[in-house]
Amino acid sequence: MTEDDLDRNRRHFLTVATVATGAVGAGFVAVPFISSLKPSARAQALGAPVEVPLGSMQPGEMVRVLWRGRLVFVLRRDETMLASLPNMADQLRDPDSEVVEQQPDYAANATRSLKPEYLVVEGSCTHLGCAPLEDFEVRPAEGWGGGFFCPCHGSKFDFAGRVFKGVPAPTNLRVPPHRFVRDDLILIGQDTGAA
Amino acid sequence: MARIEAEVGKPQGGLMKWIDDRFPFTKTMEQHVTKYYAAKSFNWWYVFGVLAMVVLVIQLLTGIFLTMNYKPAAADAFASVEYIMRDVEWGWLIRYMHSTGASFFFIVVYLHMFRAMLYGSYQKPRELIWLIGMLIFLVLMAEAFAGYLLPWGQMSYWGAQVIISLFGAIPVVGDALVEIIRGDYSISDITLNRFFALHVIVLPLALIGLIFVHIVALHEVGSNNPDGIDIKKHKDETGKPLDGVAFHPYHTSKDLVGIIVFLMIFSAVVFFAPDMGGYFLEHANFVPANVTATPEHIAPVWYFTPYYAILRAVPDKLLGFILFAVAVLLPLFLPWLDRSRVRSIRYRGWMYKTALTTFVITFFALLFLGLAPAEGVYVTLARIFSVLYFAFFLLMPFYTAMDKTKPVPDRVVYHD
Repeated sequence: MTEDDLDRNRRHFLTVATVATGAVGAGFVAVPFISSLKPSARAQALGAPVEVPLGSMQPGEMVRVLWRGRLVFVLRRDETMLASLPNMADQLRDPDSEVVEQQPDYAANATRSLKPEYLVVEGSCTHLGCAPLEDFEVRPAEGWGGGFFCPCHGSKFDFAGRVFKGVPAPTNLRVPPHRFVRDDLILIGQDTGAA
Repeated sequence: MARIEAEVGKPQGGLMKWIDDRFPFTKTMEQHVTKYYAAKSFNWWYVFGVLAMVVLVIQLLTGIFLTMNYKPAAADAFASVEYIMRDVEWGWLIRYMHSTGASFFFIVVYLHMFRAMLYGSYQKPRELIWLIGMLIFLVLMAEAFAGYLLPWGQMSYWGAQVIISLFGAIPVVGDALVEIIRGDYSISDITLNRFFALHVIVLPLALIGLIFVHIVALHEVGSNNPDGIDIKKHKDETGKPLDGVAFHPYHTSKDLVGIIVFLMIFSAVVFFAPDMGGYFLEHANFVPANVTATPEHIAPVWYFTPYYAILRAVPDKLLGFILFAVAVLLPLFLPWLDRSRVRSIRYRGWMYKTALTTFVITFFALLFLGLAPAEGVYVTLARIFSVLYFAFFLLMPFYTAMDKTKPVPDRVVYHD
């Protein structure tokens, strides 16, 4: 066969067809490999809900628990903390919890909670995931009304986990799904049934 | 046997000939070592490429020995590092060589890159060498980052938390991407396990492959020199560049002196200051990872802090991430940002000299600011120096084109 006998169109078609088929095959083979990088069945199972007993908690006290390996704050707000919430609006980026994915519907209210007294938020700064520190002392001279302060990049949140303006964190602290099993017991990680 | 002998002839020329008929040994050695000519006017700036290779060897060797005692599991990792430090014979030395090697890798690579900026080594026809080199730098950053998680100390954990969360700033795919990187809903045993795989297999393989390509590309176009001239323009009757000497034995002997000096400094750090006062090994990393408490002051290791300072200077998550990424990637474009008619700083005018000096000051300032807490005057300074950092690159097409250059000599020049 000489060069002249070549059907170049046909050869081009075959080349393209072979490459395309190979690419599709490679795409399918990639699926199991990439899927293996996602959280495994065990990692998902370990995401089981955790119970937090509230019986011994005093007003103004906070406990830290782990759910899915993530830090969750449960804060029993006292009168002053609750009283401060409505006055913050003009300093906050999202005072009315309008960013929907940051809380379940039942926490999209003025106190971002099921019961005004108990705040349940993830202790993970919405900027880059550091654990904010509690800074509950009110210091009017500094203009600080109390809340959470992230040591990494200086983001600030109020007593409802709402983010202040002018800090790197873009949104409010996330409220995880949770429900009251009894008046003195919160279940974090599950909210089906009662709300 | 006789038939094959009739085909290829009787063996002669000894073992070397036998090998060369089957594998291009002599040819390769001549092309890349004994007959690879580089300018005889090389100065000490030209030692850092070889030193980077030396550090790579140190890291590979010590790394292999560390894997023999290290356990990549959240429950065991911290204890296994302490075990290496206390119970394994000479384990402390191997571990300190590896941790010190990481910092020295960046010192050497930063100086190697600065050399390219001094003498215009990234300019035509060496753009690809620069691009491959930048890829090596990016892989090296990933390698260092993955390695820093392995001791599972407080800084390992929270540093990884911050940097992985960065990817969450990417719109739409961010959260899914973060979950795939971590393999869990938080940084966990699973994350540690895969970072181990990345650190000891994936990234070192990529690194070695890229370094190979880097050198192949370099030897194709030839090394630059402090005058930024083409030494192949003047050759003797045998085709040897008049201003060049063979890599071996001439450049290798000079490099050997550099290697010895380097090893002296390296050993001094390994033996007398392995944590370098908290700069090479951060103090918080001597505490096991604690998911419930971020350290008061969190900063990456020094070689990442210039970029980290830029990230922190921006009070917006997405914009901060974008500027951080751009700051890391901008040097990739140097070959096209630089419009100068000359390569070497020796023949450039005051504008480039001023710009490069400012850039060096900026880089060190950002390095320091990334280590400092993000408050008060530090934030303001970080913003000013971030602007200067970007200005160096983005204004480069203008000041390098406007700059008055001096005539470039035909042959290499010596400065005693």
